Amino acid sequence: MEIPLIGSLDFLSVQSLISSFFPDWMAYLIAGVLLSFMVINAMVISTALYTWFERRVIGRFHSRLGPNRWGPFGLFQPLADVVKLMTKEDTVPESADRMVFNVAPVILLTSTLLVVSVIPFGDNTFLGRLNVGAIFIIGITSVNTIAILAAGWASRNKYAMLGAMRGVAMLVSYEVPMALGITGVVLMVGSLSLYDIVLLQEIPFWIVQPMGFLVFMAAASAEMSRTPFDQIEAESELGAGYHTEYSGMKFAIFQLAEFMAPVVTAIVATVLFFGGDRGWDPVPGQIWFISKVFLIIFLLLWVRATWPRLRIDQIMAFAWKGLFLMSLINIFAVSLEIILLQDPVTGLLEPNDLWVMSAINWVITIATIACMVKIFGKRKWDRPMPKKSPLANMYAEGD
Amino acid sequence: MYGVGLAKGLGVTMKNLIKPDRMFTVHQYPDRKIGLLGLAKMSNRNPVSYLLAQPKMAVKALAGLASVEDRMPQHSRFRGEEFSWYEERCTGCASCAKYCPLGIIRIVTHPSGQMMQEGDKYILDVFDIDMGRCMFCGLCVEACPYDALHMGSGFEEGKYSRKDLVIDKQRLNESPKRPSTWFRPQIENKGFDPQSDSVLKWSEAGRHEKPDVAHQEEKWVKR
Repeated sequence: MEIPLIGSLDFLSVQSLISSFFPDWMAYLIAGVLLSFMVINAMVISTALYTWFERRVIGRFHSRLGPNRWGPFGLFQPLADVVKLMTKEDTVPESADRMVFNVAPVILLTSTLLVVSVIPFGDNTFLGRLNVGAIFIIGITSVNTIAILAAGWASRNKYAMLGAMRGVAMLVSYEVPMALGITGVVLMVGSLSLYDIVLLQEIPFWIVQPMGFLVFMAAASAEMSRTPFDQIEAESELGAGYHTEYSGMKFAIFQLAEFMAPVVTAIVATVLFFGGDRGWDPVPGQIWFISKVFLIIFLLLWVRATWPRLRIDQIMAFAWKGLFLMSLINIFAVSLEIILLQDPVTGLLEPNDLWVMSAINWVITIATIACMVKIFGKRKWDRPMPKKSPLANMYAEGD
Repeated sequence: MYGVGLAKGLGVTMKNLIKPDRMFTVHQYPDRKIGLLGLAKMSNRNPVSYLLAQPKMAVKALAGLASVEDRMPQHSRFRGEEFSWYEERCTGCASCAKYCPLGIIRIVTHPSGQMMQEGDKYILDVFDIDMGRCMFCGLCVEACPYDALHMGSGFEEGKYSRKDLVIDKQRLNESPKRPSTWFRPQIENKGFDPQSDSVLKWSEAGRHEKPDVAHQEEKWVKR
């Protein structure tokens, strides 16, 4: 593939531009540092804006005002938050495991940021064109489990430990439906590279396999521990969960990673299910990408503002009895359709075939969801009613 | 059907987001942020003519920076801070200090020799009320036999230190005489509203007509 030198932001073109002034190894270093600096800062700034957006929009959803004092429409609120967090005292519990305590927030932030490195933001706008991007994303997002457990363990606090342990149980089980949800996409494209996934999405995959999209979004919003699944923090039960003991800038890094997760998830979902930068012509692909990300973020906010937190047993049941089953059905249906519909010689799928697939998959999705509603709605799946103790009503009879 | 409630809930929150009349249940105080439409409505114009007349303010409103002061009206019987105290009516009997359950009123008096026909009127040297501890029960006001002490009608009396909260005689005298009509609703019948700018004179502040001297001579024993 021919790479144009100027006007593109991928690693190789920047490196080749710099290598005309510097020796090769230095150009490699400078290009790497430059691009990662740019991407990290872009992510941090967009996260800061996102925190403002989230608080405002959720405020409106709850019919109250969000932050609206500092700057136009409260737009400088993230700045004020940063200043406040930086000037706070940085406390470490006396009996904490200091090393792990300090490293945990960095691990969490790093694992969240690394996801961005393989995302194709536009036609020529990407950091690394990894040929196993999908696996990389699944692998790197599971690192944050370790970070959360480390934070909970190191702070020597019962609430933190409880939150972290619940979190690990939840995150590990939701990784399975997330990976299986991505598998449906990978099956259809026949490649693990995110670049190819975007290239071959003539029809956005959320239309072609809605069940895969639903499973992926549910699992991803559990992975970033947001409200229907926020067992890790559970403010009303656990104080603040795994970051109870953190303060100052370490806490700020945790918050940053936590608020960056929805942005990153929306970006990944855009690439996998909404066709990345594909759109109609006069508008450049990057703008399409950003608007799709915005749409998904809004969906996530809507769900977060509405639904209450699930109990821990309900969460695990939903992962293993609900999402796991749905993702398996999705994979089975998709692979069967691919075998039946693909061109026997080239192995490719035509757009017409995709439309046929999407019709079948919508029917399957609705049928599956209806069946699951029937099954989950039965009383016998609920908790059994507590039996009356024989001692409870001792004097009721015979008096 | 199981699970329909989830969709219904999504509908409710979306309605909150979209419908303008369900937008806010919170009242901003005292500066309310206001948009261009609200500003134009306040000055009885349409937005375009407002934009032409006051472009600076209109641009500010469009950027979300304009705000208007919007104070909530209180009821006239609201028990507020800054007691209204009438030195002319006060005899220094210290009933308020005795009835105060927190003991935050401190009174020092000396005899004056005035109004000997009613007993002696005392002159107050010290009259301190520690508003930092006051719980606004109003027992001091109920106890005052000469209607000299009334609850105030304001409530924005935040101070930077606790000792500034102690009101002394001078401040009581200087503070605007806008007694709350709580416990003395007769004042309301005289057409006085503490939330307006008007001030109540000491001779108006009583529950009863003050008897003239001839009547007093009839009633009370002469010395």
